[in-house]
Order: sequence, then C-alpha cells, then structure tokens
Amino acid sequence: MKLVSTALALALAGSFGTLAQAQQITGAGATFPAPVYSAWGEAAKSASGIELNYQAIGSGGGQNQILNRTVDFGASDAPMAPEKLESGKLLQFPTVIGAVVPIVNLPGVKANEIKLTGELLAAIYLGKITKWNDEKLVEMNKGVTLPSTAIAPVYRADGSGTTFVFTSYLSAVEPAWKDAVGASTSVKWLVGNGAKGNDGVAALVHQVKGGIGYVEYAYAAKNGFATTQLRNKAGAFVVPNPESFAAGAANADWGGAKNYAVSLIDQQGDKSWPILSTTFIELPKDPKDAAHSLAVMKFFDWAYTNGAKQAIDLQYVPLPQTVQDAVRASWKAEIKGPDGAPLYK
Amino acid sequence: MSQIAVAAPSIRPRRTGGAFGDKVFAAFALAAGLLVLVLLGAIIVSLFIGGLPSFRAFGLGFLTDADWDPVQHIYGAAVPIFGTLVTSVLALAMAVPLAFGIAFYLTELAPPWVRRPIGTAIELLAAVPSIIYGMWGFFVIVPAMGDYIQPHVIDTLDGIPVLQDLFAGPPFGTGLFTASLILAVMVIPFIAATMRDVFLTVPAVYKESAYGVGCTTWEVMRSIVLPYTRTSVVGGVMLGLGRALGETMAVTFVIGNTNRITANLFGSGNTIASLVALEFGESETGSLKLSSLLALGFILFVISFIVLAISRLLLRPRVGGRT
Repeated sequence: MKLVSTALALALAGSFGTLAQAQQITGAGATFPAPVYSAWGEAAKSASGIELNYQAIGSGGGQNQILNRTVDFGASDAPMAPEKLESGKLLQFPTVIGAVVPIVNLPGVKANEIKLTGELLAAIYLGKITKWNDEKLVEMNKGVTLPSTAIAPVYRADGSGTTFVFTSYLSAVEPAWKDAVGASTSVKWLVGNGAKGNDGVAALVHQVKGGIGYVEYAYAAKNGFATTQLRNKAGAFVVPNPESFAAGAANADWGGAKNYAVSLIDQQGDKSWPILSTTFIELPKDPKDAAHSLAVMKFFDWAYTNGAKQAIDLQYVPLPQTVQDAVRASWKAEIKGPDGAPLYK
Repeated sequence: MSQIAVAAPSIRPRRTGGAFGDKVFAAFALAAGLLVLVLLGAIIVSLFIGGLPSFRAFGLGFLTDADWDPVQHIYGAAVPIFGTLVTSVLALAMAVPLAFGIAFYLTELAPPWVRRPIGTAIELLAAVPSIIYGMWGFFVIVPAMGDYIQPHVIDTLDGIPVLQDLFAGPPFGTGLFTASLILAVMVIPFIAATMRDVFLTVPAVYKESAYGVGCTTWEVMRSIVLPYTRTSVVGGVMLGLGRALGETMAVTFVIGNTNRITANLFGSGNTIASLVALEFGESETGSLKLSSLLALGFILFVISFIVLAISRLLLRPRVGGRT
C-alpha cells in the first residue's frame, strides 16, 4: 500500500514537473471564438509547449481585464474603440472569421429552402411582419408552401458579440432598424423572446413552431437546424456554407481599416454571405511580462500557420494570408520589450 | 436539568484561566457578530457607490422608466422591478397554500410510516440546485405550457373581462406565469420544511386539550397550532420570498427575457437578478450600463430589506406579548 502511494506521489510530482516547463498564457473574453481557441490550445500544447488558459467571460469582460492587465491578452468580438486602444496601450489583431445565420422552425420546410433578405429580417424583428404567410414572404418564396403560423422571433437575451454582428447587419441594410433599434451587444428588442446563449436561442427556436432566430453557424451546423438563404449586396441569394463565408471575407477591405477593425458585414461579390464578422485579440504594447507576451504572439503565430484545420472543422473561416502577414508585421513594429527592442522576430 | 447546569459553575472555585477564556471567547463572538454587520454595510455601500453614476444620470426616474436601451444609453429599472415583484408574489400565492397543506398533513394527518419518506423528499427538493429547476422548466414545463395549458386557458377565458387580459396569447410557453410556477416549486420545500418543524414544536397537551373539548382537526389547526407558531410560519414564508426575489438561473430559462411591462401573465418579462446576470459579461468598466446594473443590485437589496422589515413590523406585538 505504502509502495503504491509513494509511486503515485512520484508520478504526480513528475507530471507537475512537465507542466511547470510548459509556458502558461492566460486570456479572457469573447465566447464566440472560445471553441476554436480551446482546440488550438489543445493542439499547441504538444506542438509548441505553450499552454493556453482561456476564460470565455464575454467581450466586455475581456476588454476590462486586459485594460486592468489581469490577463496576458483580451479577446473581443466587437473591435475596441480606437481611443480606448490608444489610452490602454493595446494592439488589436484579428484571429478567425465566423458567420451568423438565421435559423427557422417551420414543419415541412427544409434547410435553405426559405429565401430571406435583410429588409425582411429587419421587418420581422421590428414586428412589421408577423405571419409566415405574409405576402412579402410568399412573393419571395414562390414554390414553398408557407403556413399561417405566427412568427416567433427569438434573440440573445445576454449581451453578446453575435447580437452585435446581427444588429450591425440589420442596421446596415435597413435604415428603419438603425433609427428604431441600432447595433450593440444588447439592444432594445421590440418583439419576440430572449434566450441565453447560442444554445438557448437554438433550443427555443426548436421548441416554438414558427420560430426564427440567429446563431453562430457552428451551432446551426452541429445541430442540423434549418438555416435560410439570404440575399447579399450583389442581389444574389446565397446559402450559408464555408465557401460563401470565405468569399465574403476575401472581398473585405482589410488594408483600409485602422486597428484591423474591418467590417465584414454585407460585402460585395455575388457569392458573399452577408453576415460575417471577425474576432479580435487585444495585446499590451508595453507588456508587464515580456516572456508571456512573446508566448501569446508565438501561440497565434502557430495558430495562423497550423490552425486552419481546427478552425475549418469548427465551421470558422481562417484569416486570408495577406492579413496574417500584416498582423505579424504589426507585432514586430508595435510590441516592444523593456529595452525597446521588438519581442517578436 | 437546565437549572442544575446553570447553577453548577458558581459552586466551584473560580479559575483565572476560565475568566481569560471567557474574555477571548466573548471577543471572538463579538468580532464574528460585527463581521456580519460590516460585510452587510460594505456590500450596500459598494453597490450604492457603483450605482451612483446611474442614479445621478436618471434620478428617481430610474425607478419608473421602462426603457432599457443599451444603444442610446438609456436605462430604467421599472421592467425588472415589476417582473421581480410579480413573479415572487405570484410564486408565494401558489406555494404557501400547498406548503401549508404538506406541513399540516405531515404533522397531523399522515400515518407515521408516511411521514419520514415524504419529509425526506421535501428536504431533498430544497437541495436541488436552481439550474436543474431551470432546465426542467425549459425542457418540460415550457413545451407543456406552450402546447397544452396556455392555448386552452387563453381560449377558455376569451371574452371574460379582466381575465382575458391577464391570460392572453400568443402561447410562447415562457413568461411571467411559467417563471412563477417554477419559483413556486422551488420555494415550497423551504416553506413546507419550516412549517412542519414549527408545527411539531406545539406542545401536545394544548392540542389534546382542544380535541378534548370537542374541536375538529381544522379548529385545532386554526385556533391552537397557527397562533402558537405564527412567527415562525411567517418567517418560513419570508425565507421563501427571499429565495424567489433573488433567483437567477431558473428564471432566466423560462421568463422570456423581454424588457416590456405587460398586464398579461402569459407575456414575457424580466427580473432584476436575471437581467444583471445576462448583461454583466458585456458591460465595460466605467460604462453607464455597468453602473445601472449595480444600481439594480442595490434596488434588489433594498427590496429584500423592506420585505424583511415589514415582516418584523407585523410580528412585533405578538413576539413581545408571548415572551
């Protein structure tokens, strides 16, 4: 017995020993990229010896924590305000791209059978269209039998980057939405019911006949929910899939945006999915602990080069190569150690 | 027995060590007591200071404004206050009669072999984490309400004044009524367990005397047991109300989370605790939104305080009279 416990203690001590050798980095923030960050964390641990401890506490919380320097990096879905980045001495860079898709619950209607436009989505969430057989919906969807069921709009009750992206899209395509509601991580919804989290929205839509909601594409794909087609800026109807997401991402004006705060909403191109967003990391330009900051950059460097597979598996879109190179250049130029020399080489 | 125990130390010679021990113990007890007061004060003060920018910006209107618009930075607390009070009061209205029935059955009517299993089951119900009630509510009660109960009630009451407005469609399944129902189930064990325990403290001789002069079971309950235990029964109800006021997760799942005031009990709403939990993660330091959430926390604190104060006030003459 004693021998066994001694052996156990030795084994434990051994494993702690190897753990201590791994470089630990901590980050906090957005929930939307949390699945891909944890997949990258798993893979990078063995590949690069960097161990990621990521707390998905929400974008607002992530911004607060990095401004207080309680973590090595912050993560947020909505880009941080430029003046806050300036005063907080932070560098902001994107990591992956994700899509938000509408989901519906209409018995007998298959995935991607319904065609919607941004204007119609806005009208539904403004309470102007209340029945599925509204003439505007019927006209758009000739050949699909739409029931007279009442439309039950579902939204995110918790503050979230998903809501920010969705309401930004509605604000971009429908001036009436911009005037009445606007875009934010949580807004003043005029109709419908709220649920907590992507899972909550998906579950509520699933339960209520005639329900419509919006979720990250990964949740819709994973659970086999009926997504819809959307009309993009070029006037073409597109199906939500990795190709249409990549098309939209490629058409964005990455070079023209300060702090990489590019809007991927409603991009040009007849193959582009209109509701896309990227998610950001905020890293101190004057790191308290240079070794940790360097490890953060090494981690995302590894993720850019080797993490595409994990991202695609989880239904995210990797960043275009040009953007990755630009981010690496920013690291070199902007993040300096205590001696003033760039950390990342 | 107790008299002997009290008298014994004075017979023995006094030991100095005992006096020192007493002092240490008294100081420790005082510190423990003060710590509670200091903690309570610190929480109130820090919530108030955190909420101050919001109180400054909106004044007393914060309490009556039904707008919660993070885009325009306009925050009002009327909707969550309304939702908190309505769901808690409705939950108590459902829970108190049931809990009373359970406690009365267990102490007066049930055969002895039934008392223990039912009593244990109630105590176990009280130990179920609130997230479990939330999930049960969302996956079982909400579909049942939406598919069967709400459509039926709405159709039946259609055309009857007042009632048709209190119970109106569309049948989402979620809403104030569903939230109250879940809350009622959650507070029943607290109230029932307290009531049962205090009913058991009524001396048998009182009850037997009453039965002896020909009282019915109900008369014994009304005239002997309830007056004897009134303080503790109200205490148990307040305990339940306290849990209902502050419940967060279970309510979030089933209340619908809309920021509108409605007279319709099947309509959805919001409570203070639920709104704070939902919005907290996306509130930036120093923002008016965070301040408004802290102000909401302060208001919830004050509401709980008022509830307790009222219950004390109601009970005061009775307590003074008996002891």
